[in-house]
This record gives sequence, C-alpha cells and structure tokens, in this order.
Amino acid sequence: MKKIWDVHGGIHPPENKSQSLSKAIVTAPIAPQLTLPLSQHIGAPAKAIVNIGDSVLKGQCIAEAVGPVSVPLHAPTSGTIVAIEQRTIPHASGLEDNCIVIESNGNDEWRERHPIADFRSLDKNMLIDIIRNAGISGMGGAGFPTSVKLDTRDDIAIDTLVLNATECEPYITADHSLMREYADDIATGVAILAKIIKPTKILFGIEDNKLDVVEGITAALAEHDFNTLTGLKTEAEVITFPTKYPSGGEKQLIQILTGKEVPSGGLPAELGIVCQNIGTAVAIKNAVCLDEPLISRITTVTGDAVNQPCNYEVLLGTPVEFLLAQSDYQANKSSRLIMGGPMMGFAVANTAVPIIKTTNCILAPTEQELPTPPPAQACIRCGMCAEACPASLLPQQLYWFAQGKELDKLEEHNIADCIECGACSYVCPSNIPLVQYYRASKVEIQQRKVDHQNAELAKERFEARQERLQRLEDEKIAARKARQAAAKLAAEQRGKEDERSVAVQAAVERVKAKKSQTETSTIPTATPVDSDDLVARAVAKRAAQQAEDAANPESKLIRAVESAQQRVTKSQARVVDAEASQDPNLAILKQAAEKAEAKLVATQQALNDFKEQNSAQE
Amino acid sequence: MIELISQHPFIAALLALLMLGLIFGATLGFGAVKFAVDGDPIVDQINAILPQTQCGQCGYPGCKPYAEAIANGDAINKCPPGGEAGIHELANLLDVEPIALDDEHGVEDIKKVAYIREDECIGCTKCIQACPIDAILGAAKLMHTVIVSECTGCDLCVEPCPVDCIDMIPVATGARAWKWDIPDRDPTHNANIIVTDNPNNKNGQAA
Repeated sequence: MKKIWDVHGGIHPPENKSQSLSKAIVTAPIAPQLTLPLSQHIGAPAKAIVNIGDSVLKGQCIAEAVGPVSVPLHAPTSGTIVAIEQRTIPHASGLEDNCIVIESNGNDEWRERHPIADFRSLDKNMLIDIIRNAGISGMGGAGFPTSVKLDTRDDIAIDTLVLNATECEPYITADHSLMREYADDIATGVAILAKIIKPTKILFGIEDNKLDVVEGITAALAEHDFNTLTGLKTEAEVITFPTKYPSGGEKQLIQILTGKEVPSGGLPAELGIVCQNIGTAVAIKNAVCLDEPLISRITTVTGDAVNQPCNYEVLLGTPVEFLLAQSDYQANKSSRLIMGGPMMGFAVANTAVPIIKTTNCILAPTEQELPTPPPAQACIRCGMCAEACPASLLPQQLYWFAQGKELDKLEEHNIADCIECGACSYVCPSNIPLVQYYRASKVEIQQRKVDHQNAELAKERFEARQERLQRLEDEKIAARKARQAAAKLAAEQRGKEDERSVAVQAAVERVKAKKSQTETSTIPTATPVDSDDLVARAVAKRAAQQAEDAANPESKLIRAVESAQQRVTKSQARVVDAEASQDPNLAILKQAAEKAEAKLVATQQALNDFKEQNSAQE
Repeated sequence: MIELISQHPFIAALLALLMLGLIFGATLGFGAVKFAVDGDPIVDQINAILPQTQCGQCGYPGCKPYAEAIANGDAINKCPPGGEAGIHELANLLDVEPIALDDEHGVEDIKKVAYIREDECIGCTKCIQACPIDAILGAAKLMHTVIVSECTGCDLCVEPCPVDCIDMIPVATGARAWKWDIPDRDPTHNANIIVTDNPNNKNGQAA
C-alpha cells in the first residue's frame, strides 16, 4: 500500500450519496429542444458555424474554437437549428448568453464516424488534436480545455498522471456511477492519457466511501500494458484515502497522493504532475476510439424534492426541467434548484437552463434539507474557519480585509490560493457567508490588475500623443522660422536684383533714345507700319488740321496756295518731260498745267482777299 | 610627519579634519551626480495609482499634472474615475485620512467606452483631436471609429462632435463580465448565491 498524506483542515458534511446510487445509470430521452451555450468552458467562447434553419447530424461541429484556450461545440442529436440567440445560461449570475438552439428530429442520426481500432498507432500530437476537435473540457467542474492541459511544454517533464475520482462533494455520484459501470472505458481513457503524457506513475485517487469500485477499476487498469504505451517503466495504482471534503480539489488531491504542494500561483505541471477527471478520461476514450465528440455526460439528479433520484446519461443542452421531469420532480417541495453540489454549486435562475459540459449534479433540495441560511452574525474570532481551511489560509483575517476592501492586504494574505470550497462558511458558528466575500474580492483583485494594466497602456498612449503633439509643434515652429529666414534671404536678393534691373533699364532707355534719333532721320517706310496704323494717323492728322484751320483760317489758305504752287510746278515739269519724249498726251498735260496755274492764281487771290479783309477789320 | 603632529597638534588635527572633509565631500558630490533620481518619485507613484483616463475632471489637463498637484498638497478626492478605491490607495500612499469623493468634479460611474454611430459620422476629425490617448481612428471626410480596447471612457470626444454621433456605452455587460458581490447582511438576498450546506442542517438530518 502506497503512503498517503493528509491535507490541512477539511470538513465532513453529511454525504447524502446513497439516494442517487440505488439505480444504474439511466439514459435520458432526447428533449425536443436542446440549448447549447457557446461558452461552456474556461476561455474564449466558441463561434457558431451554422445558421438558423440548417439541418445538423448528431456529432456535427456547430461552433468552432476561437483561439488556443477554447473548445468547439457539437450537435448532441440530429435536428434543425431553430435559433442562435441570447438565452438564460446555467451560471451563478442568472444572465443570458449566446446559445445555439437545436430542435431534435427524433432520428438521432449520427454523422459519418471513423472509429480507430487501435489508438496506439497515433502519436501525441494526433491524439491531442482529436481531443481538441472533440470539444473536451474538464468534466470535474471548472471546464478547462483538456487539450491545453495535456499539451505540456517540452521543457517540463511530466512523470505523474493523477486521475481524480474523488468526488468529495455531498450528493454527487456521477463519477461513482461512472466507475461502477464504465470501468473499462475509464481504463482505456487512462491508457490514452498515458500514451500522451508518458508518465512513470499513474495514481488513481478514490475516497474510501467508494470502495465498491476499487476492484473493478484495478482489474480494468490491469488489462492495459502501460510500460509499452509509455516506453517507460510505468506503474498504475489505485489509491484509496479517507473521505474528507475537499480532498477532490486538484491541489489537495495531489498533496494527498504525492505529498507535494503545488506552489502558490503555480500549476501542477511545475511539479511534473497532470491531473484529469475520470469523466474526462471517458470522453477522451469516446473521442479517440469511437470518433464521438463530447455531446453527453453523466449528471446526478438528486435531492428530497425529486422522488426518483438517479444518474442520467444526458445529452448536453437538455433543459434541467426535462431531466427533472424524468425523476418525478415535486416543484412545490423544492426550495431552490442548485447546479453542482451543495458546497460549490450555485442556484439556477430558472428550470429552463440547459445541462452543460460541467454540470455534474442537479440538486433539488427541500427547505428542510438545505435551509436558507440564518442572518449572519458578528465574527467572534473563534478560529474554526482557519482550522477548516484546506489551503491553510486565515479566513477570519481575509473576511475583515474583504469587508474593508483592502485588496493589498488580501493579496498579502494569499487570497489567490483560496479554492472557494466553502469549508469556512460551513463551519462558521456565526453563519457568515465567508466564501462569498472571497469570491467577490478575488474578482475585485483581478479587476484591479486589469485596470492597472489598462491604465499603464493609456498612460503610454497619452505620453506618446503628448510627445507627438510637441514634436509637431516644434516642427511647425522650425518650419515657420525656416520660412522667415528664406523670405528674408529672398528680400535681400530682390534688393540686389533691383539695382541690377535699374542699370539694365537705363541701358535700354539709352538704346531707345539712340534709336528714335536715327528713326527721325531715316525714311519712315524703313520701319514696317501696318495699314490700320496709317489710317489712324491720317485721320488724326486731318483732325489736327481741321482744328488748326478752325483756329486760324489763314493757314488753310496759305496751305492751299502752297499745294497749288506744287501742283503747278509738277504739271509744268511733266509738260517739259512730255515735250522731250514726244508724249501723245502732251495736249492733255498742257491743259492740266494751265488749270493748275489758274487754280494757283485763284488761291493766291483768295489769300490776298482774306489778308485784306483781316487788315480792314483791324 | 610625526614631528609635525607632536610639534603642532592643533594644526595637525585641523589638517586631518580638512582632508577627511574633502574626501567625504568629494564622495558625496560624486554620488549625487552618479545616482541622481530623475523626476519626482512620489509624483510617479501617485501617477501610477491614478486611472490614466486623462479626462480632466479634476481640473488638471491629464493625470500627470494632477499627480504633481497632489504631490504639492492638492486634495486627493478629485478623481471620479479612480473612485473610492483610488482615494483609498492614495490615502495609503500619502499616509493621510481617506476623504469622500468631491462631487464638484463628478461622481463615480460604471466604466463606459465611446461608440461612434458610424453612418452618422461626417469625418470632421474633431473627436480625433479631442481624444487624449489616440483611441479614435479615422481621417478627414472619412468615417471614424473608436478602438474599444484602448478607450478609457473619458468623455472628451462627445462634446466636440458637431453631429452628436458619439455615445458613451457601458462596457462589458453579460455573464462574462458578471462578478460576485460582497454578500448582503440580509440572508434572503443571498439565498440564491450561497449554497453551502449549513451546520443547522446537520441537526435536521439527525432528527
């Protein structure tokens, strides 16, 4: 017999397990409608990959995992997707969350399955992939994705595999009945886990209130040759230890079986230990050997308000009320409906909430069975809570700090190591709901941590922005200065240019002056003049003459005399020319000359008359 | 040397002290330069407690200026986003009595983030300029949007928006954001959260 260790504290509440163990596991009928919350595990919620109206087959994936810490979700039976919407989920908050609702068609028709005859042919990564794709998360209560837990880092050697078959909480018998009826499946699941983890020790921990199954489990485990599976010398052992709540806590069980304490804030993997629930082992076996994803589980229905307490193999998503109806539930006798055990469970908001992957028990107690707690009284510092605490904390101290919201003090007193088992609340003679204070404070501490991180981030961004604005401002000022300098430089250059342009202007003017001088002495036709210009000039000239004539009539007469004189001279010259060249037009020319002479005489006469008139007027 | 000491003990002592003074003075001077602390450490500690929303509700242009003001003796109760918890932390750090939040600067509210109704946004960039931590994305005449994970809920972008398309909405509602409350003294309120079996029950069972 292997040595076992004890954990500090613990309590012995009435077990109340026999009620639900009188019968074998009953396969629950298929409910007409199954509601599947997208978040049934710890980590990111799954993402729906089906649409309303789609037909699905049993075992078909309906929601895929998002990110590494997440698991997919599968249709528990064949049917139609009727809704993807917010429904009340089985959660302490009683709030709603996204759910896929399947209306069963009653055929329960499987998708195509590819069973693997011998899992020994698969390697570690293939097995972990199968487990991940089968949507398996821890079935003990927390619901941590199993594939993540098994995919241990290479630098940490795992030498011990712990199987948790403790089931220490009162009323719950799901694991007990599983061991009674599915010992072979459990053993196969353990073999697959051994193949993945390759431990040298396999410790199967059972409390001594379940001694009836030890023989069966031992025999089933003996059928597997763990040495060839792991390639090492591996010992598998079923260990029984005294019943005590909460020895089923992961850290507590590891301490009982190995004597090693998981360090504060650490994981069992740091000690080379991986711990798995036996329900998870069966789910792994079904996924690997039968290609059946996690779509059903064993759930205990018990409490004095049900007439036929028993364990059901029930499809996930089955409404609690449907399952309760199978057990002849007396709603009028029931004080409240609890999901999970009486120690760590929570009251559900209504009976329509579904069974999910972590639902190990539905407890319907009467008021007499689980009375409403009486009002809390003052803490009398009796210290019973400290004696009961399995994590060796100081619950009464934590209680004061929690009331005062002294989060730093709470952290200093290792509230993070509290497993929220409720042993302190159970023993408190003042009926103080101690564990609720720790639950609230733990969330508060977590929230504060997140807030501080966000604040740090915001500070960085704020500072980066300030720096950027400063830089832009500096750049603006620098640019303005540069512009001013450039303008100044340009102005200076312009000044120099002005001097130069004055010189050029002067030169141009000199040249122009020279040019105009020469122009007056040269023939006007030397410069090309366009006709419009000529006309304009003639008009102008005429206008000038008229104006002059109007002012001085004498000049007109003088001019007429002059022009007549010119004409006479010209015509006489022409006559001389014509006489010399024997021109036939000589006669005409002579006539013209005579006319011109006559005109000259007439104009001279007119001028003389004008002059006489003027002098006479004077 | 010995002769000097025996002949003129007073001068020798004076010289010795002078030498020691010079050596220690030089050491201290060197240390002051070598191990000088940049900035005011208490301001940084105060700033680390402030929520860094940069909302300006305290009357200072950001958390750092308020931290500096607190270090210079300003009241610690002017920060509504930090709330009671922040005041407690500051009181602990500065070793003063915690005081109630000053209503003049606003009241403690649940955490909210800005949300831009994107089809109403005209792309004026006014909110982008107002955001103290660059949590709004967008460009001129193009739709803007808030980076939810970065938004501190400071409210500063709501005022400048010319078309009023920014809402402040409470962050993270639903089951994932839900948390346990400190239990009520009245047990009927706790009946659905405290399931732990009760010792009184043991008597009931025995009977």
